[in-house]
Amino acid sequence: MEQFFQQLTNGLAVGGIYALIALGYTMVYGVLKLINFAHGDLFTIGAYLGLTLLTSLALTDHVGGFLGVTILAVMVMGLVGIIGILLERIAYRPLRQSPRLSAVVSALGASIFFQNAIMLTYGAKFYVYPQDLLPVMPVNIFGLSIPLMRIIILAASVLMMIALYLFVQKTRIGTAIRAAAIDQGAARLMGIDVNFVIMIVFFIGPALGGAAGLMVGVYYGQINFTMGWIYGLKAFTAAILGGIGNIPGAMLGGLLLGVVEALGAAYISIAWKDAIAFFVLILILIVRPTGLLGERVAEKI
Amino acid sequence: MKNRTWLAYVVFFAVLAAAPLLLGRYWVDVLNNVGLYLILALSLNVILGYAGMFHMGHAAFYAVGAYTTAIINTHYGVPVLWVLPVSGLAAALFALVVARPIIHLRGDYLLIVTIGMVEIVRIALINNVFGLTGGANGIFGISRPEIFGFRLTQPVHFFYLIWSFAALTVLLFSLLENSRFGRALKYLKEDEVAAEGSGIHTARYKLAAFVLGAGWAGMCGTIFAAQMTIISPESFNFLESVRLFMIVILGGAGNIPGVILGSFLVMGLPELFRDFADARLLIFGLALMVMMIVRPQGLLPPRPRKHNLDSIRELS
Repeated sequence: MEQFFQQLTNGLAVGGIYALIALGYTMVYGVLKLINFAHGDLFTIGAYLGLTLLTSLALTDHVGGFLGVTILAVMVMGLVGIIGILLERIAYRPLRQSPRLSAVVSALGASIFFQNAIMLTYGAKFYVYPQDLLPVMPVNIFGLSIPLMRIIILAASVLMMIALYLFVQKTRIGTAIRAAAIDQGAARLMGIDVNFVIMIVFFIGPALGGAAGLMVGVYYGQINFTMGWIYGLKAFTAAILGGIGNIPGAMLGGLLLGVVEALGAAYISIAWKDAIAFFVLILILIVRPTGLLGERVAEKI
Repeated sequence: MKNRTWLAYVVFFAVLAAAPLLLGRYWVDVLNNVGLYLILALSLNVILGYAGMFHMGHAAFYAVGAYTTAIINTHYGVPVLWVLPVSGLAAALFALVVARPIIHLRGDYLLIVTIGMVEIVRIALINNVFGLTGGANGIFGISRPEIFGFRLTQPVHFFYLIWSFAALTVLLFSLLENSRFGRALKYLKEDEVAAEGSGIHTARYKLAAFVLGAGWAGMCGTIFAAQMTIISPESFNFLESVRLFMIVILGGAGNIPGVILGSFLVMGLPELFRDFADARLLIFGLALMVMMIVRPQGLLPPRPRKHNLDSIRELS
């Protein structure tokens, strides 16, 4: 039972990270019907920028661990968000009226570009995050000792998800995002600046992905330039699992995927860990072809 | 198809046949790679280009073919090229089993499932499934192919094997494109509902396209295994599937000359950028984006079918 809860909490922490990345996929898909294959690499950029800022500014030495990491996270999110906006401007906007798969190839090109840009800037080696950023004491909850880091990661991701949910549901811009996702043409007729909405989406999505990159650095302590592929793939799986284009779906899909993977690795086989996620995805899609929370709509033509 | 296109093919393959006389060993190897990926991309084109199904896991079928060849050859000593039809059948059968339950998924859902499929296959190979695949190291000691007692060992030998097979593939798939089957696939890509209304059993046609494309990729796996004599799971990862996907879309989905051009660009460009050393893939990524933005339909998109109006007038 002890092992079960340890794996469960570990899975929730990893799932929170997946969910944050998945939100970027699902929001972009919602308004553009585009799978942003470069999203995983924006996540990697977040991890690297975090490390660079951490070592060059030494914020944590001046203002303490928690505040330092928080300020760092805001900076990373802002920077990665701006890269996201630029990406959309350069690589996706010219292709908005084109066949959908053309934009996918452009996204794949952007992904190759980013990955190699990181490699050329930082080198192909693994980088290590400093391990004393946050206190590493275990916390006792219901007789279980859980690493504090795990709780912080989960809390931070849940906090960001709640903030995003409120933003999308309660604010004017959020309403515009939802309207543009349902019908871009109609939204434009109602006076919504769809280009502005897309820009906002391409800021928020990559910003959340960048934050997730920072979290992976802090949580696992090790980053490399190719990690965006596998995290991106997992998060994309999570987004599809929940029903792509659906924001609560991405959160649910991410957490579920994290837990399934952690439990699968512990109880079935660690060697098959990465395959388990895809098996679960295929099984769920056979039963529910549009994901857990996806609407059953006919393909738009 | 028009005579002009056939003439262009003849000239193209004739020039290519003379190429090894002028090129060094290295560039012959590059061309071998291009040829192998051309065959694979043409088989993917049936699924992605004609039928319009978002399939990004083609390396899985390629892997099934290559491993079938390697296992039969190393365990039973069957000459490697004799296994060619068996590999094709194995990959086709695999596709039949795997694609049956997922064929109805729409667009992007199918995309992620096929990505999942290729990852599961890769992980299964690494984990030495059934104790046959040799784990992460793969299988080595696959024998060289022999044709009428002539052993193929040099890149030049494989050049002619691969490009003969590529020429055959171009010929057969050109015929397929304009056959009843090919036209049905294109129709269901344009409008599935209308196709179904016209009496095309869409699920069966989609499945047939999958099985055909997979079987062809499986045979390609045999040639790959014969050329390499050693295969490992890393040759069949997600990135290989992505490359094939890019070839088809960049070149012009559903158009064979486009796929030929695409395979030269996607497989050849990184080699041309070799002077930039580590930055070559960076430039390649940039080039992909630029090419897509300049030609969103692909570099050589299929031309719309032309119908001879005179024959219709005669009927009325």
